[in-house]
Amino acid sequence: MAAPLPNPAAVTGPARGLSPVHAVAAVALVAVALAPLLAPAFYVTLLNYIGLYSLATLGLVLLTGVAGQTSFGQAAFVGIGAYTTGVLTTQFALSPWLTLLLALALTLALGYLIGRITLSMGGHYLPVATIAWGLSIYFLMGTIERFGGFTGITGIPAVSLFGFTLDRERHFYYFIWVVVLGALWLCANLLDSRPGRAIRGLKQGSGMVEAFGVHTTNTKTAVFVLAALLACLSGWLYAHLQRFVNPTPFGINQGIEYLFMAVVGGATSVWGAVLGATLITLLKTWLQDLLPKLLGQAGQFEMIVFGILMIVLLQHAREGLLPFLQRWLPRRPRALPPAEVPLARRTMPSPGSAVLRVEGARKTFGGLIAVNEVSFEVAAHEVVGLIGPNGAGKSTCFNLISGALPLTSGGIRFLEQDVSAMSASAIARLGLGRTFQHVKLVAAMSVVENVALGAYLRGRTGFIRSALRLNGQEERAAFAEAMRQLERVGLAAHAHDAAGSLPLGKQRIVEIARALAADPILLLLDEPAAGLRYAEKQQLAALIKALKTDGLTVLLVEHDMEFVMGLVDRLVVLNFGQKLAQGLPEEVQANPAVREAYLGA
Amino acid sequence: MDSTIVALLAQDGLTNGSIYCLLALALVLVFAVTRVIFVPQGEFVVYAALTMASFDGARTPGTVWLLLALGGAAWLADTVKLRREPRRMALAWLATAAPCVAAAGLVAWVAASKAPFVVQALTTVLAVTAMGPAVYRLAFQPVASASVLVLLIVAVALHFVLTGLALLFFGAEGVRTPAFTSASFSFGNITVSGQSLLVYAFTAVLIVVMAVFFRYALFGKALRATAANRTGARLVGISPDFAGRLCFTLAAAIGAVSGLLIGPITTVYYDSGFLIGLKGFVGAIVGGLVSYPIAAGGALFVGLVESFSSFWASAYKEVLVFTLIIPVLLWRSLSTTHSDEEE
Repeated sequence: MAAPLPNPAAVTGPARGLSPVHAVAAVALVAVALAPLLAPAFYVTLLNYIGLYSLATLGLVLLTGVAGQTSFGQAAFVGIGAYTTGVLTTQFALSPWLTLLLALALTLALGYLIGRITLSMGGHYLPVATIAWGLSIYFLMGTIERFGGFTGITGIPAVSLFGFTLDRERHFYYFIWVVVLGALWLCANLLDSRPGRAIRGLKQGSGMVEAFGVHTTNTKTAVFVLAALLACLSGWLYAHLQRFVNPTPFGINQGIEYLFMAVVGGATSVWGAVLGATLITLLKTWLQDLLPKLLGQAGQFEMIVFGILMIVLLQHAREGLLPFLQRWLPRRPRALPPAEVPLARRTMPSPGSAVLRVEGARKTFGGLIAVNEVSFEVAAHEVVGLIGPNGAGKSTCFNLISGALPLTSGGIRFLEQDVSAMSASAIARLGLGRTFQHVKLVAAMSVVENVALGAYLRGRTGFIRSALRLNGQEERAAFAEAMRQLERVGLAAHAHDAAGSLPLGKQRIVEIARALAADPILLLLDEPAAGLRYAEKQQLAALIKALKTDGLTVLLVEHDMEFVMGLVDRLVVLNFGQKLAQGLPEEVQANPAVREAYLGA
Repeated sequence: MDSTIVALLAQDGLTNGSIYCLLALALVLVFAVTRVIFVPQGEFVVYAALTMASFDGARTPGTVWLLLALGGAAWLADTVKLRREPRRMALAWLATAAPCVAAAGLVAWVAASKAPFVVQALTTVLAVTAMGPAVYRLAFQPVASASVLVLLIVAVALHFVLTGLALLFFGAEGVRTPAFTSASFSFGNITVSGQSLLVYAFTAVLIVVMAVFFRYALFGKALRATAANRTGARLVGISPDFAGRLCFTLAAAIGAVSGLLIGPITTVYYDSGFLIGLKGFVGAIVGGLVSYPIAAGGALFVGLVESFSSFWASAYKEVLVFTLIIPVLLWRSLSTTHSDEEE
């Protein structure tokens, strides 16, 4: 059995100093290598299909499970891979290796085009669009004459490798599984890297990753194209395994089945793809055998069972089955070797120079004026508090400054540069870091990984180098920096915990560490003290004072007046979107207009 | 292409378009109240047509077993879930399981008693309608507060289940049901069938009723409020579960009537529901899943595109219809603000 899924017994007894994870991997490799020698032909066929489905599902795990972009159209890209080689090898007698390149190139182009168009749709429009083009491509395959209509194309040649023809299932098996394991290795590497952390952050909403300089549209498109390429590869392999293609396996039902495999297996880890493909394929084979006998008639009754299984899973275990198995595997804290070359750091502006100038900023939502002609300044090394009653426009103000929302009118200058029309990621690049009112950590990633995401702009490696593990030095530097920031905020002890397992108050502090990892000049803190206990608040106040000493400039929104009063150099008070007052904390506290706004006349 | 062919294609397109329109209305209704993109809406159409065909062929419709299966599952789910609250359990039985079992009995009796056509048609509508609340209870109620995407995946999974059940209980053969009327009317050189007129009339009435109901009736407003904010609706005394059951009941009823209307026009197979439903869906999407009149217009447009493209490029009919949706989706997506905050 090819399943790299651990049998718990194998895990608990690691031999000769091997770590459990390595032991599992070794057992899996041996199982994969021996399977065709020991298993009957029928099972070899089955394992070949599991391999092919794993590849296509792997793409979906990345796209849907990790990046959060639901697609029902994955089967269409499998079809593109299969048909490209089917047509070109039979009608133009091209070598399968050449058609592989051509199929991948075609998929790259089509995936880019389709991805650009569909990914710009948000919410539920995206999956619906994937149903639409999935169906269109399927019907096209069945309609174009050259493609042989719904009967398909026969006589596809076998693949030869170093003069050895892979025309037997047992031989092709090795080919398929080498490709599958390679793809798993590459994708697992990718997810555990600079672009990988950006991809995993996408699910928290584009606002969060953009605040750390990630270009979300490009990242989503890249994942979409990667998923399409994996599907195409699966299709190419399919065509040369079957030596025959017709449109049926590339229809929308298969697209739905790939999604089932991803959801059943567990769509947040690359191994979920193999688990899902294995379970669904075995279950399908078994049900196709059993149900017609049981029901006394022939037909695709396994659909009923799959559908029910899927509904029950979504109702009770939305994360799929992999998490249940992973419980048996000990979580190994990530090794954090020291960095050879620490990340470069910015020089902080000299005290008193202007860092932020908000000039007549105005923001309207329809008829509602959320921020009305607000102006204020923040100088270097200052800690300024932005306060005001609920709905005063404080968070909107933050979103205007950080570029998360566009201004209706007015201007914002950051380090003497007009940033009014800049994107959030461009402003982040200039040296602005922020936290969020509603915590936006990636719950499944460890605390230190979340913080490392903050250092996104301080690294450069892209998809390909990351997938090939050529990013070692940069990764070590990013993690060393992340640990340094965690020590700074006092959470180093929690570095290896899953971020979602921390209490909310601590998660806010992790957000501060993440923002610090970007080495910002100006730090925007949105209600950092909410949910903290008294002692924790005092630690936070000490931290903010220390940041000031280190040369950072801080602008914070806060409700807790006691916390703010002892901490900030100056206060800006907003009420109903307008600036009510500004000045030293004592002045503001004594201001009658402020007292009225807070306490009522 | 002369004017007779144009008229013929237009009539064909409008008739199919009207059916898509009915389905689009049901989809908008379901989405507006529960946020479910109800992919299996077409399955209700198929169930109705297949039930009617079984009556016509003097067989006992598989609907009996289907209803018993759905009712039984709903009964089991409610019994387990509410085992400590006998009163609520009894109410839940009455709301979902009981109508299914009663409808199953009715269908069996009508099939055995050689009832007249009208009784068969009414029974069909009742039987399919009874499935609505059970489907909601089993598939959607437990995840009612999940994100639109999770609800969509549940809907797609449900499509698999309902199609599979159709194959199991009705078999793979295609059916055509008898027309309501064989009358036809001539306007100049154009002949319009009575069945088509019936389709137009029913669609028009339903559009008006739905638009009025949701805009002006307090109850309609309450249903819309549930869609916007489930917790808020509950706080002011609207039960989201009740709202969900109700709109699924309506959707099933609309599907059932569509099935009776489309049965005589086209051959229906156990798996025809998906494409029929999707075309209604294209129309609904044009209306952004919120506006009844625009959705209706969109669905009529889909019918016309389909009918004219079947004349010019019949092989590419489906390709054209589904490619058409992409620019519409793009336009809709860009013209509405939505948050990507939900997972």
